[in-house]
Amino acid sequence: MSRRIVGALAGLLAAALAAAALLVGLEWHGEPPLPADARAPAADAAQIARGAYLARAGHCAGCHTARGGAAYAGGRGLATPFGTVYASNLTPDEATGLGRWSAAEFRRALRHGRSRDGRLLYPAFPYANYTLVADADADAILAYLRSLPPVAQPNRGHALRFPYGTQAALAVWRALNFRAARFELDPARPADWNRGAYLVQGLGHCSACHAARDALGASDEGLGGGLIPVQNWYAPALDDPREAGVADWPLEDIVALLRTGRAPQATTLGPMAEVVLGSTRHLSEADLRAIAVYLKSLPPAAPRAVAATARSTPRGVALYEKHCAACHGEQGEGAAGAYPALAGHRAVMLEPAANLVRVVLEGGFAPATEGHPRPYGMPPFATELDDRDVAAVLDHVRSSWGNAGSAVSPLDVLRWRGSR
Amino acid sequence: MPCPRSSILAIAALFGAFAMPLAGAPRVEDTIAQRVQACTGCHGQEGRAASDGYHPRIAGKPAGYLLHQLRNFRDGRRHYPLMTGLLDPLSDDYLREIAGHFAALDLPYPPPQPATAPATELARGEALVRRGEATRGLPACARCHGEALTGVLPAIPGLLGLPRDYLNAQLGAWQRGARRAPAPDCMADIARRLGDADIAAVAQWLAAQPVPPGGRPARSIELPLPADCSGVGEAVR
Repeated sequence: MSRRIVGALAGLLAAALAAAALLVGLEWHGEPPLPADARAPAADAAQIARGAYLARAGHCAGCHTARGGAAYAGGRGLATPFGTVYASNLTPDEATGLGRWSAAEFRRALRHGRSRDGRLLYPAFPYANYTLVADADADAILAYLRSLPPVAQPNRGHALRFPYGTQAALAVWRALNFRAARFELDPARPADWNRGAYLVQGLGHCSACHAARDALGASDEGLGGGLIPVQNWYAPALDDPREAGVADWPLEDIVALLRTGRAPQATTLGPMAEVVLGSTRHLSEADLRAIAVYLKSLPPAAPRAVAATARSTPRGVALYEKHCAACHGEQGEGAAGAYPALAGHRAVMLEPAANLVRVVLEGGFAPATEGHPRPYGMPPFATELDDRDVAAVLDHVRSSWGNAGSAVSPLDVLRWRGSR
Repeated sequence: MPCPRSSILAIAALFGAFAMPLAGAPRVEDTIAQRVQACTGCHGQEGRAASDGYHPRIAGKPAGYLLHQLRNFRDGRRHYPLMTGLLDPLSDDYLREIAGHFAALDLPYPPPQPATAPATELARGEALVRRGEATRGLPACARCHGEALTGVLPAIPGLLGLPRDYLNAQLGAWQRGARRAPAPDCMADIARRLGDADIAAVAQWLAAQPVPPGGRPARSIELPLPADCSGVGEAVR
């Protein structure tokens, strides 16, 4: 009997060791040893300027600059279902930043998600996308970061729950979800399509938000839309004409949305407004057109069945009349150039209704950009409407003037409001 | 040519073309006042303060002060998620225009809140406001915020016409570091020298004072100020 237990334990131990060896093997598989040169090569002004542009295309500052903090000095927390990950200091400070990083180490961080000392990085740093970044682009970004004023600001330790904070858990996660890759040009497609694909899939890391995540936080491959965990904004599908697909938009309108935050068909709010301000408004006309060409080419998603269960109630009608109609119109027709129409607007019928709940509770402005410098604002109603009110007014909006969305319950409102 | 709406309605009804009532079409002005309706929802019509006693009046405050506060919210030195969320996507230029808009409004003030504190506490509050307490390094509020306590252009706010709860909350937030300005942060230094009883007394007295007619900020103040303050210093000195 005891011999059998010992045997079983020995078998388990052997299996665990084999699994660990497999993980270690997978971890280092395909990673060439780093070259001996430890210093980043000297950069010229043109390379630094290109790096500055690419850092914006990758929206690096979006995470690596804290609110009110020094540029690229890190410290901003990204809340995830597993705890908070704090972005690191990318300034060239020797002790706390990238001062001692070589070009090879920086390329490896982007391509393989590995820090200078070999530790695995958390995929909140979107290396599943950055693995596609070309070496020359990685070098330019590092050259730019090294040109910044060094800021001595120690990195803050992540606050992740056990076991998510361990390297072993990360190794398992990577074995399941991550493969280093290179961007492959599609010779059958024109150059602008390929450039757009490179920016969208790689540096732009659009799928970090616009794709669904599984229970362990891994994004799927596509751009089929997803709820941003914890933040509770729904990043709509970019391949679905019922969500944020742009296949039937004129190219100029897609460019306008990314450059100014607004197009005739849509306005950016929340996290996408942040992306416009920090990233896409700085991109060249050629790159924005390339992104538009690529997004227009996405194969359309299969229709998803959404039950049109929302029903208008007298309470919803009364709240709409009191709080919404003055700007959005009695018939949800909106006011051109100022307030979006709600009748027939696909953002109004999105499933889940998280964004709508957030906008009603928190209000908002479109981003103030060079092309749209003085946006009209919507007031927050968080202090005025309770969960039942918000659900009632949204049910009215989602079921009137030809709209046919799913019902929003007070519990839904509570769930989406419980963020930040 | 102007045309009475009633006759348009009559003609529309006559032809059965009444699918979209004219009364329902939103009337949108291309003005800054229309654009900042996101602000007046909480801060009251035209920014003259809401009735809940917490959201402060913004109408008529010095433009420099309003701009500094908008930036403080946006850049994380003041904390109120609704304010931060609204201001996040806005540029400095637009914030300046918004600040200028509310600063230029000249609207009547409501009567003050009746005090709820005993006379001794009110006297203590008035003494701190008017004379300060030199032995504890506390300058009089009036020394910087103006003899009339209606603020000083371009960046020192008035202290009258504000709800008691708001005054208490702000002084407490400075004390705890939850409200900040870029260094040197004179109000944080001063608030840290105040006790809770001092704050309550000052808030009680200030909230109970009527705003003098006009209530406009003073144009200048005797220099140098008794404390170093970011923004204010450059603008006033």
